[in-house]
Amino acid sequence: MPSFWSENLPKLGQMFAAIAIFLTVLAVIFFIAGKANGKKQRPIAIVVFLGPALILLLFGLLGPAIRTLLLSFKGSASKHWVGFNNYQWLFTDPSMRIVLRNTVFWILLTPIVTTGLGLLLAILLDRMRRESVAKSLIFMPMAISFVGASIVWEFVYKFANPNQPQVGLMSSIAHHLGFEPPNWLLTQPLNTFLLMVVFVWSQTGFAMVILSAAIKNVPADIMEASSLDGATGWRLFRGITFPMVRSTFIVVLATMVVATLKLFDIVRASTGGNFGTSVLANEMYSETFIRYDAGRGAAMAIVLFLLVIPVLVYNIMNLRRERTIA
Amino acid sequence: MSISKKGLLAGVATATIALVATFVAPAAYAGTSAAACANVGSGYAVQKGKTVEVFTSVVGDELTRYAKASADFTACTGIKINWNGSDQFEAQLPVRVAGGTAPDLALVPQPGLIAQMVATGQAVPAPSAVVNNINRYWSKSWRNLGSVGGRFYAAPNSANLKSLVWYSPKQFAKYGYTVPTTWADMFTQSDKMAAAGQTAWCGGIGSGGATGWPSTDWLEEVVVREAGATVYNNWIAHKKGAYFSDAPIIHAMNTVWGWMGNSKYVGKVSTIATTSFQDAVTGIPSGGCMQLQQASFIAASLPKGSVVSPTGDAWVYYLPGINPAVTTPVEGGGEFYLAFNSNKATVEVQTFLSTPQWAVSRIKAAGSNGGWLSANSGVPAATYSNPLDALSAKYLSDSHSTFVFDASDAMPAAIGNGAEWTGFTDWFANGTPVKTVAAKIDAAWPSASN
Repeated sequence: MPSFWSENLPKLGQMFAAIAIFLTVLAVIFFIAGKANGKKQRPIAIVVFLGPALILLLFGLLGPAIRTLLLSFKGSASKHWVGFNNYQWLFTDPSMRIVLRNTVFWILLTPIVTTGLGLLLAILLDRMRRESVAKSLIFMPMAISFVGASIVWEFVYKFANPNQPQVGLMSSIAHHLGFEPPNWLLTQPLNTFLLMVVFVWSQTGFAMVILSAAIKNVPADIMEASSLDGATGWRLFRGITFPMVRSTFIVVLATMVVATLKLFDIVRASTGGNFGTSVLANEMYSETFIRYDAGRGAAMAIVLFLLVIPVLVYNIMNLRRERTIA
Repeated sequence: MSISKKGLLAGVATATIALVATFVAPAAYAGTSAAACANVGSGYAVQKGKTVEVFTSVVGDELTRYAKASADFTACTGIKINWNGSDQFEAQLPVRVAGGTAPDLALVPQPGLIAQMVATGQAVPAPSAVVNNINRYWSKSWRNLGSVGGRFYAAPNSANLKSLVWYSPKQFAKYGYTVPTTWADMFTQSDKMAAAGQTAWCGGIGSGGATGWPSTDWLEEVVVREAGATVYNNWIAHKKGAYFSDAPIIHAMNTVWGWMGNSKYVGKVSTIATTSFQDAVTGIPSGGCMQLQQASFIAASLPKGSVVSPTGDAWVYYLPGINPAVTTPVEGGGEFYLAFNSNKATVEVQTFLSTPQWAVSRIKAAGSNGGWLSANSGVPAATYSNPLDALSAKYLSDSHSTFVFDASDAMPAAIGNGAEWTGFTDWFANGTPVKTVAAKIDAAWPSASN
């Protein structure tokens, strides 16, 4: 049996060698670029600095994006052109309409609830005694993957046959309160909201920590000045605190919208998209990799892409405006 | 060369004698060991220095056991078997065949791939010695699975059985229940359990993204039991008369609904949709629910400390047949040896792999945990050291067995992994009418080319 070290040390060596070669190549390119002067200096600098990134973008992002777009107009085995058939199916099929409805629910509700709750907690906990302990506890679920979180919450939502003992937390509580619990994950549209709870539980800590940092960055003199002017509570928040953390709030909100759009794990791990809980990203995976319909999967990817664009555009516009103010 | 080929394709005994006489002096091969030959059987010509490649999807320790099981054959005949395992087998085999580097033999895990390979024109029909073995040792349904267009190509290797019902011998003894041997008895007894306030059947089809699959097995078991293998295979092929919405399948769905969709037996039916298939078996030892239709692998999900034995906390019985015209219906899986040339050495290896001797040495190589079963009726029941394997093998190797493959695995992915799963989950969750469920699945059937 070769030992762990004798097996892995050479690999480590190879890794360092690869890094060294990479750095040498970089040094050579920079050296050549540095020699250039006069008229050619600017174009060469552009090529050296932008070139690698552009090549990677071309092969890693643009290429696949164009291919996905083309695939979305082809059939399940990508053999024949089918025009807008996949998109027509996506927007007219009754079960797909539920998927789209759920996706809209998720986008409208979860980012706002998560970010709002994060902001509320950040303010409430600000300068509280043992603030860091409370914050750590709220932040902790963030360390659990969505799949792990879904399994944890499965124990909360579990429903057993009424002739068996109820081991699920919510079912058990309902049972002890004297009423028959519903089969939580089966009850539409309640089940979609129950899955959102998992997301909110997991991500609120993240929103809280980022927003809390922003609140702490609000200069103390401004706060003092405004309180001397008599601003307290809600007025202080609306007039001073929120405008000061607004840009952070928007960034967190945008992050949450994107996370919601690509949400897949919670739905897949808890209901597998059954019982009317599926969302676009989950169906995209199922169509492409389980039912082997590349066309429909690609069409869903394109729709998701179109949905993300406004968020990104708004984010970039916001960033630019801030830069001009600064 | 042409003479030797013809000789090989003739009757097995004469052919081998002729070969031995023509090409090799018996015992000329120094490595031939009498002890090894005793385990391999007679009639093989010594062909020193020949290597036959068997391409397979089996890898790792399991592959080592194949090499171990074939060691005696090599010691006796001098033919080396190169067990070449790849986890990319199903993608690689068509590539190799198309590229002119087909293996000598391929261990094909599904009948669909045999047909696909035969269509390339590169696969060769089974030699007469293998044909003799299949006729002698396997039921007709196995022969049909290895045939394409009426010609027999591939003999089976291992097999597995899904048609089992889990129950607790201790609970059955406590209440005076017995193992049913007919479909009607099974339900008379289930009625008794229901009358005594017990849950006669456990059920759970939850499986994350694959939710619904256990219920497809329930329907498959009923379809083969009621309508037989021909309708079953037409159903897989989506032939008119065996669509989901056609009479035999609708009838089977109604039978399933009277069984696993019957609140008298299972309690709240919709709970089946949200219970994971692993959780379904946990009620067996305690009598929380009395019976569960599931393959043998589910033993791993029993509560810790459960004794799996004919007198213990959990054991299995064979799911009885329904229609007497369908003898010993069995649903499961298996693999087949398909040859791509008729070289002397290939034929000899292919012949050996279709004998009871091979199956016996492969079962022994699996050790005391078992897990490798053969449908070869020439294998003595005592060969199996694992009693669960012995019970399963009894039905697999029944010479009248009606063996069928898992239908949902053989259907197009849009159905077998798609519409059928979601349709059945909706069926159990909401009690959607059978005809609506069937019509939806039929509507989702993909057209031939896309």
